[in-house]
Amino acid sequence: MLKYIIKRLLWMIPVILGVLIIVFILSEITPGDPVDNIVGTDATEEAREAAREAYGFNDPATVRFFRYVKGIVLHGDLGTSYTNRQPVFNELKLRFPVTIKLTLLSVIVALIIALPLGVISAVKQYSWIDNVTMFAALFFVSIPQFWMALMMLLIFSVNLHILPASGIDNPLCWIMPIAMIGLNNVGNLARVTRSSMLEIIRQDYIRTAKAKGQKNSVVIVKHGLRNALIPVIANVGNTIGVSLGGAVVAESIFSIPGVGQYMLAAINDRNWPSVQGGIVMLALAFSIVMLLVDLIYTFVDPRLKSEFNAKNKIRSKKPREEAA
Amino acid sequence: MAKLVTPEMEKINKRLARENRGRQGKPSSPGREAWLRLKRNRLAVIGMIILALLVLVAIFAKWLAPYDYATQDYSAVLVKPCAAHPFGTDNLGRDIFSRVIYGTQISFPIGFLCVAVAYTLGGILGAIAAYFGGKADMIIMRIMDIFQSIPPMLMAIAVAASLGTGVVNLVLAISISTLPARSRIVRSAILSVKNSDYVESARAIGASSARQLIKYMLPNALGPILTNMTFSIATAILTVSSLSYLGLGIAPPTPEWGAMLSAGRSLMRSAPHVLIFPGVAIMITVLALNLFGDGLRDALDPRLK
Repeated sequence: MLKYIIKRLLWMIPVILGVLIIVFILSEITPGDPVDNIVGTDATEEAREAAREAYGFNDPATVRFFRYVKGIVLHGDLGTSYTNRQPVFNELKLRFPVTIKLTLLSVIVALIIALPLGVISAVKQYSWIDNVTMFAALFFVSIPQFWMALMMLLIFSVNLHILPASGIDNPLCWIMPIAMIGLNNVGNLARVTRSSMLEIIRQDYIRTAKAKGQKNSVVIVKHGLRNALIPVIANVGNTIGVSLGGAVVAESIFSIPGVGQYMLAAINDRNWPSVQGGIVMLALAFSIVMLLVDLIYTFVDPRLKSEFNAKNKIRSKKPREEAA
Repeated sequence: MAKLVTPEMEKINKRLARENRGRQGKPSSPGREAWLRLKRNRLAVIGMIILALLVLVAIFAKWLAPYDYATQDYSAVLVKPCAAHPFGTDNLGRDIFSRVIYGTQISFPIGFLCVAVAYTLGGILGAIAAYFGGKADMIIMRIMDIFQSIPPMLMAIAVAASLGTGVVNLVLAISISTLPARSRIVRSAILSVKNSDYVESARAIGASSARQLIKYMLPNALGPILTNMTFSIATAILTVSSLSYLGLGIAPPTPEWGAMLSAGRSLMRSAPHVLIFPGVAIMITVLALNLFGDGLRDALDPRLK
């Protein structure tokens, strides 16, 4: 088990390096001279040359890439913004928690709604509650998130004046963004929970538990849900990725000062270091969350755990005392 | 021994007789059986009908739309829905009904194109990984892991921001962002048939790798791939509209639904009708694709039922 965790941690290094390579290549193929965005198109040749020197554009791509990687690894330096000449990291530092909070809250809310709905739909298959849940799930998966956000704004802010349209100063501000990101995930998660639960409740051990006279609620939660949760947890990682993307869009719609809003503004200004920094930061956060999900997954699924132990046993045919 | 026929068996026999009427002698194939199952699924049929209608609307947009999608009429700016303009007009006096109709010509082809590109690239990678296994599998899948560590929407935004707006760049952005998921689907589909006896026999009679893959494995692995393709088109249409809404997709004069919503955002207070219809159009399209996809999945894989 420990071996797996270490292996999984070490794998983070090439992943992060790979992300940096992808982001760097994207910045290289961007059309246009970045100097135009730093000093403006009407600047003198001296000013342009000075900016080029200051940002190190004169060096070959490989040198710049290694400088970029070195900066990140040694000082957490994500580059300097073209527009306000501030270190990107300092600007992202304040925004990052907002995006993460929005993403995780949406996922948690989605799970809280989706799990009971999925379980009830499976236990009472083809009942009205199952039909309604499954249709609602399909509906919320099919609705464009940003459009749902606009409709919510129209109804709750413009017409009813009960929810604030933007900002994060008031706890009420979080309701619409979370609903926008979360409801989409409720659909997916409820469907996964339902189908995995449907499979589980037909297993023999559920029948055994019922036959021995166990209470129905205990059978469903303890014997059923605990096993049905495994594919759901596997899906949570994917859900978090989707939610991060949703958060970026939500921030732009609801004027939430997070990484997404900062990045989209930077895209408009062709301020590539800021875009790059935002993507690297979010990808990093996503990788760490995925790592945690993977670890939880192996921890929850006893079959996987025993598989690891079995594998280790086969591999260590030579006597190995320290592997206790 | 007397033949035992229970009422339940009689019912099944009758149903089989009814289903087989008129096609005696025609051998039943998995494809035909899947089609029969699909036809019996009411929601899937509804999805299919809506999709067929939308495709017809896209083909005949020129004759269906009462106005041109780009003609500006400054005497009729922000008209509320009425007889002359069923969906009203936007801030430049363009008829929204006509623009929504022309929008089908954009969302459908782009959605298909994104899926075609992503599946061609992802399919080749996934098939190579599954067929050759070992080192090739490991290298390809590890690279896909790296791509997947950037969430798809973020990846699409990054690529679109880097390449700029336009249809080709948009398709590239969405294809790249969905590449890892697509290669995984193809890989697992091929893996599931790789060790079957018919592939073994093809190998035994000396079929080349490409022939084994294309002639024997792909047709049998097609079920999950087809289902996923349907859902992928739905997702691609959603992503196209989201990117266009953010100003990273298709530039404004084109009547793309997301771009129309983006332009209508500032009119929320004065003319909310501008914001409603393009969104409903996206929703109906995606809902139809998802209904059809659900039906397809149940039809192609009856074990799931």
